[in-house]
Formats: sequence, C-alpha cells, structure tokens
Amino acid sequence: MSVPARVWAWLRHKALPIYAGLAVAYMLIPIVVVAVFSLGDTPKDKLTFTLDDGFTLEYWESMFSIPELNEALFTSIKLAALATLIATAIGTAMAIALVRHRFHGRRVANLLIVIPMATPEVVIGASLLSMFIYASFALGFTTLVIAHVMFCISFVVVVVRSRLIGFNRNLEEAAADLGATPFQTFRLVTLPLILPGVIAAAMLAFALSIDDFVISNFNSGTTVTFPLYVYGVSLRGIPVQVNALATLLFLVAAVAAALVLWQQRRAEKMAAVRPEPIAIPGTTAAQ
Amino acid sequence: MTSLKQRLIPYWLLGPGLLWLVFFFVVPMYFMGELALYSGSLRSGFEFTWAFENFPNALSGHEEQILRSFFYAGTATLLALLIGYPLAYAIAFRAGRYKTLLLFAVIAPFFTTYLIRTIAWKTILSDDSPIVSVLQTLSLTPGDGRVLATSGAVIAGLTYNFLPFMILPLYASLERLDVRLIEAAKDLYSSSRTAFLKVTVPLTMPGIVAGVLLTFIPAFGDYINAELLGGTGQSMIGNVIQSLYLNQRDYPEAAALSFLMMALILTIVLVYIRFAGTEAFMGDEDDAETAK
Repeated sequence: MSVPARVWAWLRHKALPIYAGLAVAYMLIPIVVVAVFSLGDTPKDKLTFTLDDGFTLEYWESMFSIPELNEALFTSIKLAALATLIATAIGTAMAIALVRHRFHGRRVANLLIVIPMATPEVVIGASLLSMFIYASFALGFTTLVIAHVMFCISFVVVVVRSRLIGFNRNLEEAAADLGATPFQTFRLVTLPLILPGVIAAAMLAFALSIDDFVISNFNSGTTVTFPLYVYGVSLRGIPVQVNALATLLFLVAAVAAALVLWQQRRAEKMAAVRPEPIAIPGTTAAQ
Repeated sequence: MTSLKQRLIPYWLLGPGLLWLVFFFVVPMYFMGELALYSGSLRSGFEFTWAFENFPNALSGHEEQILRSFFYAGTATLLALLIGYPLAYAIAFRAGRYKTLLLFAVIAPFFTTYLIRTIAWKTILSDDSPIVSVLQTLSLTPGDGRVLATSGAVIAGLTYNFLPFMILPLYASLERLDVRLIEAAKDLYSSSRTAFLKVTVPLTMPGIVAGVLLTFIPAFGDYINAELLGGTGQSMIGNVIQSLYLNQRDYPEAAALSFLMMALILTIVLVYIRFAGTEAFMGDEDDAETAK
C-alpha cells in the first residue's frame, strides 16, 4: 500500500474519534479561555486577545474586592438557595405523584410540566413581567424567587421522576409489612433511596437559577444578580475578577457533579450486590 | 377498593407545584395576551381597547428580524446536529471507559455562566485573536476581515450555547439502540453507509427530533448571542421583544410579538407531543401510563 493510501486508510479509521475530539475541544474552548484570562496580567478594559504581559495571581487574590460584584454574587446565592429549596420540595412531590399514582388529569399535569421547558426564556420573562405590570406588583427579590422557582420545577420533576422509575418497591412493602406507617415508610425507606436523585435535581435547580439571565432581566427591578452584574459591566469590559470567579464557580460545580456521579455509581454497585428479592407465598401482593 | 382519602393523595402531592405553574406560567400568558390588546403609550397611559391590529402591526415592523431568527436558529440547529450526531455516536459506541468523562465534557459548559461563555466567545472572535487570523489566512472572513458583528459569529454562538441540548437526547437514543440490529443489517450484506442510513438513523429519529426541538426553540428566542456577538444588523426577534419591553416600554406591541412567538412554539411542541408523547422532555417512558 502506498503512503498516501495508508494515511487515507488511517484517517478513515480514525475519522470518528478525531471528529469527536474536535467537537469536545469546541465545547471546552470558552471555559479554557476564561480560566487562562483570569491569570493574564492585562486589565481587560477593552476587547482584546493578548496575554503579552505575562501571568499573575493578582485577580484571584482580589477576587472579592469589588463590592458590587460581591453583593450581586451574594444575592444570586441567596436567590438560588431559596428557589432550589422550594422547587425541589414541590417538584419531588409532583414526581412521586406522577410515577406512583394513577389519577384523572395526569395528561394535563404532564403537559403543564413539559411546556415551560419548551418555552423560550424571553417569553417566560415577558409574560411574567406582563402580569406584574398588570397587578402593579413591585419588581425585586420576590418576583425573582417566583420566576426562578417556576422555571426550576419542571427540571426537578424530570430528574426525580427518572430516579423513581425502575425503583424496587419491595423494600417499601417490606417496611409496611413490618408495621411502618406510610409516612415512616416514606421517611425511612423511600426518601433515602431517591435521595441521590433529589440531590441531583437540587443541584440542577441551583445551577439553572444562578445562571439565569434572560428571565431575571425582565423581572429583577433594581435587584442585581451575578449574571445581571456581568451583563451590566460587559458593556464597558468586564473586570478580570469576574473571570477568576467564573473559573472558581466552574471548579466547584464540576467537583460537586463528579461527587454526585461517583456516589450514584457506588450506590448502583452496592445495589447490584444485594440478592434478588424472593417472592414469599401468602404475603400481600402489590396494590 | 381505595378510600377517598387515598385517591386524593396524588392531588395533594401535585397541588403546590401545579398551582405554582398555573399562577406563574399559565396566568401570565393570559395577561400577556390581554396586554397585547391594549392601546396607547407609556406617556398617555394604556387602555384596553381590543386592539387586534397590534398583532399585524407587530409583525409588519419586524419581518427582517423574524426571518433572521428563523435563519439563524435553523442554521445553528443544523450545525449542532452535524457536530452533535457523530459526537453522540462516538460516546455511545466507541468511548469505552472514557464514556463518563466525555459526557462530563458535554455538560461542562453548563458549569460556567451562559453570559460568561458568550463573552468568552466575544474575546475569542475579537479582531486580534489567533483564531480570527487563521480564518483570515483561509480567506473565510468577510471583506473587512472581521468576525465579530457578523451573522457567522451569532450563528457560531447559538450553535455553541445550545449544542448540549442536541447531544444529550441524541446520546440517549443511540445508547438505547440495539446494536444487534446494525450487525444484522451488515450480515445481510448492507454496507456501513446503508446500515447507518437505513437502520441507525431511523431508529434514533426520536432523539434527532427531540434534539432539533430542544436546540431550535431556545435558539429562536435567544437575544444574548445576537447582542454580544452581533452588530446592529444581526438583531433577532428576541432583541426586539427585550427592547420593546425594557427600553421603549411599548408594552402592547411587545406583548403582541411575544404572544405570537409563544403561539408558534406551542403549536410546534403540541404537534410533536401529539405524535411522540412527552418522552423527549421527560426523559423516560411514562411509567404509570404504560402500566395501565
């Protein structure tokens, strides 16, 4: 085989991995750029792609030296924590109802959960603003909480639901047979088992909330969240501290996600070791 | 026989969430529709007058932005499919022990704020960036050699930002694909290409359609990419709605325009759900429904 033919054959064989590698690189480029530029010793007052002045840790050290930025970040964390708490609680309840119960109106409930996820953010933001204008409701932290809980609920339901499907109900029946009340069964058996799903849902809700710009832009009034702050300063050129902070947030999120993934893997492995449940004649059948 | 109390349990569980969604998703849509029928201005005050002319008026002033939104979102969706399908395929069938790591890379952009990612693209595509000079050497840039403030920059930004929404449903459907069917096709002397086109693609069609919807819909309504990466000639319909609501405060026209956008998206989604169910958005098959 001639050399070009061999190169061609190798390329054909490796085309998919090479293509996939390029695609992954494309996805990671901006993250790398943000991280590298957080270390660049050039004040970013204007838009430029130069790192000629070398590297520094200055902006990492002075990460929390901009009062407006701190305040915006604090507002975002408070907002995300509150929205996550509410959305996770009511979303988990909805997921349980949808997977465990048959009732009239399931289809409508499903539709009501799905459609917000398929609605452009600008429409959600605009419609909420329309209502708040109509009701002369003052925009601020409260309206942000209302909006953030609203767009987080559907995602919580989807994540918890996927955990509940394919869930071994024998354990719950065993608890009931041993005299546990439905509430005790839920608290001591069901909740610990679906907890990884609930935690994953809460993390997703937190990430969605802290990341949201569009819906917040419509309903924030004078309250400034982290994305709104970034947007405000982006017109003049963002301070390098924002890059450092974004990199830090990325690392925290990546580590948290990796931990949840690892925890889930471990739980699955442990579940795989457990012996198969044995059907005992004479016990109550599933309701 | 279940008691009334037991039958009410699902409603108690669903109640708070459904009420939240009704009051803060459905009801606001109603008010947006009503606001669209007002007339007047911020100065003279708004008045409800059944002003149906707001709808044609809102459309006629913005044909350019509407067409552009379709074109940008459509191109970005197509590009995302072309980038995403091979990647999802490679992750599902060829990644081996790197599977988790690659999936992690796919969702990694979500760990950085959307706005900051887009601003990072602004830096990457700025005039003195090495990537732009490569593009210039390849004569891929327009006449003045700039990339920022072009349609290409906005489409690239949209493609980038919504790519994970394409890859994840594609991966889910490829993962579920029974590889024995591809082997069977090859045993029956089909070429790799035929097997791919006649077996793999049709069987992963639900994932393709879901990915296309989940990419197209947010891209269609987006205004961040057009604002940060585009110039004055690249604004999309989202930019118009944002500016009418928040800067010009022409609420009736803004409401009319976003009401029409919602109607369009809702039609697409409902038609899709009619044929494919809610699976694409919910992730799994509907458990209790199939158990009937």
